[in-house]
Amino acid sequence: MSGSDKITTDLGMPGTATVPAGVPPLTEQTRREAREIITRYPQPRSALLPMLHLVQSVQGYVSPDGISLCAEELGLTKAEVGAVATFYTQYRRRPAGEYHVGVCTNTLCAVLGGDEIFRQLKDHLGVGHNETTEDGTISLEHLECNAACDYAPVVMVNWEFYDDQTPASARDLVDKLRSGQPVAPTRGPDRQCTFKEMSRVLAGFPDDLATQGVQAGPATLAGLQLAQQRGETAPAYPDEEKS
Amino acid sequence: MLTPVLSRNWGDADSFTLAGYARHRGYEALPKALAMEPDALIQLVKDSGLRGRGGAGFPTGMKWGFIPQGPDGQGAKPHYLVVNADESEPGTCKDTPFMMANPHALIEGVIIASYAIRAKKAFIYIRGEIVHVTRRLQHAVAEAYQAGHLGTDIHGSGFDLDIVVHAGAGAYICGEETALLDSLEGYRGQPRLRPPFPATHGLYASPTVVNNVESIASVPSIVLGGAQWFGAQGTEKSKGYTLYSLSGHVKRPGQYEGPLGLTLRQLLELGGGMREGHELKFWTPGGSSTPLLTAEHLDVPLDYEGVAAAGSMLGTKALQCFDETTCVVRCVLRWTEFYAHESCGKCTPCREGTYWMVQILQRMENGNATEEDLVTLLDTCDNIFGRSFCALGDGATSPIVSGVQLFRQEFMDHINGTGCPFDPVASTVFAGAHA
Ligand SMILES: Cc1cc2nc3c(=O)[nH]c(=O)nc-3n(C[C@H](O)[C@H](O)[C@H](O)COP(=O)(O)O)c2cc1C
Ligand code: SF4
Ligand code: FES
Repeated sequence: MSGSDKITTDLGMPGTATVPAGVPPLTEQTRREAREIITRYPQPRSALLPMLHLVQSVQGYVSPDGISLCAEELGLTKAEVGAVATFYTQYRRRPAGEYHVGVCTNTLCAVLGGDEIFRQLKDHLGVGHNETTEDGTISLEHLECNAACDYAPVVMVNWEFYDDQTPASARDLVDKLRSGQPVAPTRGPDRQCTFKEMSRVLAGFPDDLATQGVQAGPATLAGLQLAQQRGETAPAYPDEEKS
Repeated sequence: MLTPVLSRNWGDADSFTLAGYARHRGYEALPKALAMEPDALIQLVKDSGLRGRGGAGFPTGMKWGFIPQGPDGQGAKPHYLVVNADESEPGTCKDTPFMMANPHALIEGVIIASYAIRAKKAFIYIRGEIVHVTRRLQHAVAEAYQAGHLGTDIHGSGFDLDIVVHAGAGAYICGEETALLDSLEGYRGQPRLRPPFPATHGLYASPTVVNNVESIASVPSIVLGGAQWFGAQGTEKSKGYTLYSLSGHVKRPGQYEGPLGLTLRQLLELGGGMREGHELKFWTPGGSSTPLLTAEHLDVPLDYEGVAAAGSMLGTKALQCFDETTCVVRCVLRWTEFYAHESCGKCTPCREGTYWMVQILQRMENGNATEEDLVTLLDTCDNIFGRSFCALGDGATSPIVSGVQLFRQEFMDHINGTGCPFDPVASTVFAGAHA
């Protein structure tokens, strides 16, 4: 973020000239929405993380303009905002792929096949960890445990679950993403969102996809279904005992 | 053996909606709770014996009781409930599927808990890397407002409550409760010095309860069933039911809800056992920060006391099971890389120690380590454990110390041989298949 001083703009509208080609500028609407986020919290600074997600929902990364906007709205210095933005791994420091493909290589997934999936995707896409394909569609990353170990090995696309992957299924997934064919997460909406769409949800502006997709995957239901087969239940509540 | 409470409605396609929750007595605890005195609710939760499901097992009712009440001093400040939905401990995968399938059970628990501690504002700090779960929570909160379960003068009780769903941005350390509070205040997520504790000086230096998702979601059932109903399940000091998360080389990994105190042997039976032709080599009882156990520990009761007596910790009941094809050095290295990556950098033992431990373990895995390296590795653990600012540092030493204790020969084989003797393909789920 050290270069941000060069790109300071006047107060108010962030300048359009400072963003790289292809990155849309932040607008008055962005600023309005940032202020809306601030109203959710007893103290304004609590809005910073969702505001940074909001910036990413417009520009795909945390730009110097985005840092300025947050700093202005919260009465912070750009250095203070930058220090926060760089602490968290979900904030990107430069423009990256429309689809953020993460392969879980924490221990359990790694052992069950995540390492091999990651190796093959690197080969297949010709990029390494934290790199983006030339066409700008895919950024590849290896991830830490994503709380889906009962579906190992797990791949995430823009933080949606693709459970029980193999090298072949993962290659197929990225091929479809690159050629614009529809794909849908295993546990998630009926279609895959872009990085920017996803960031808007994290900023606290819901899309209308919450009711799409399964309520639970097979592993989630393993215990419940077995209980039902075996006729096992929790003890009845006292007011249910006799009925 | 299986006692689905939190998971009872998960089989219905609309389990995540208000209607799908209401069909299973959802929101019936709420009017009952609102008709009680807040202090009586705190007493009820104390009497139930509920202990925190976020890892440490602290009694939930007691935590609520620490919140200063009354018109003076800290009691006069606004009170906050913060739900820890940051689930990121390697192996831990219960809160995420739970909130995806049944977010309203959490919301109902949040309302009751907030009423008990007299908070008018509650935050659910959810991990930023599980976006569909965020959607489900946002949707559930909106439905709850519409039904009058949230907002002002809830069901004519005079009690007001707002809930904010707040997404994090990727940092394991933000699961540590004081780092979480710093993060929620818009700072880098780094742990705070304690005391003062969050109960008196938490969010915005105000009285704050931080509880795990599962802890809070268990509360409506306690209100409906009573302390005795809850306490009759589980073991003497570890009461109630819980979600066990079975993963790894098992036939049917997944979520199994039952009383505290089941054994891994029982759970493996439920899960169909280890995959065909293989046997259990080592496992974690509650995520990577809990020391490894082996097949010798199959009959250890999975409650706080039982697992502690076996030299580990119950943690989050994240039962990661590895079979004999798995290299323990590789696993320990990978977990250590995780801690090094996630160390927040605030204190030297953890920040520097985890870095150096990764270097040593990498040398081992590659066959370039010496016996002296093994000594240095354990020394480094000694220097981190108990000397770090927060429990992340302690946790980082768990896989190493327990791994060497249980499998010293395997570490030696890495040193004296030519690196890792295992074939990583053999331990994949697609081993033998054409992938
Ligand atoms: C590094 C670290 C990570 C943690 N991550 C979580 C987490 O993701 N979820 C959680 O509930 N507790 C986590 N905890 C424990 C919390 O600090 C805290 O004890 C817990 O949220 C209290 O809730 P409970 O009493 O309901 O268990 C973590 C602790 C440490 C040291
Ligand atoms: S132990 Fe690690 S994570 Fe905890 S404060 Fe120290 S450096 Fe940060
Ligand atoms: S280890 Fe990959 S999701 Fe947990």
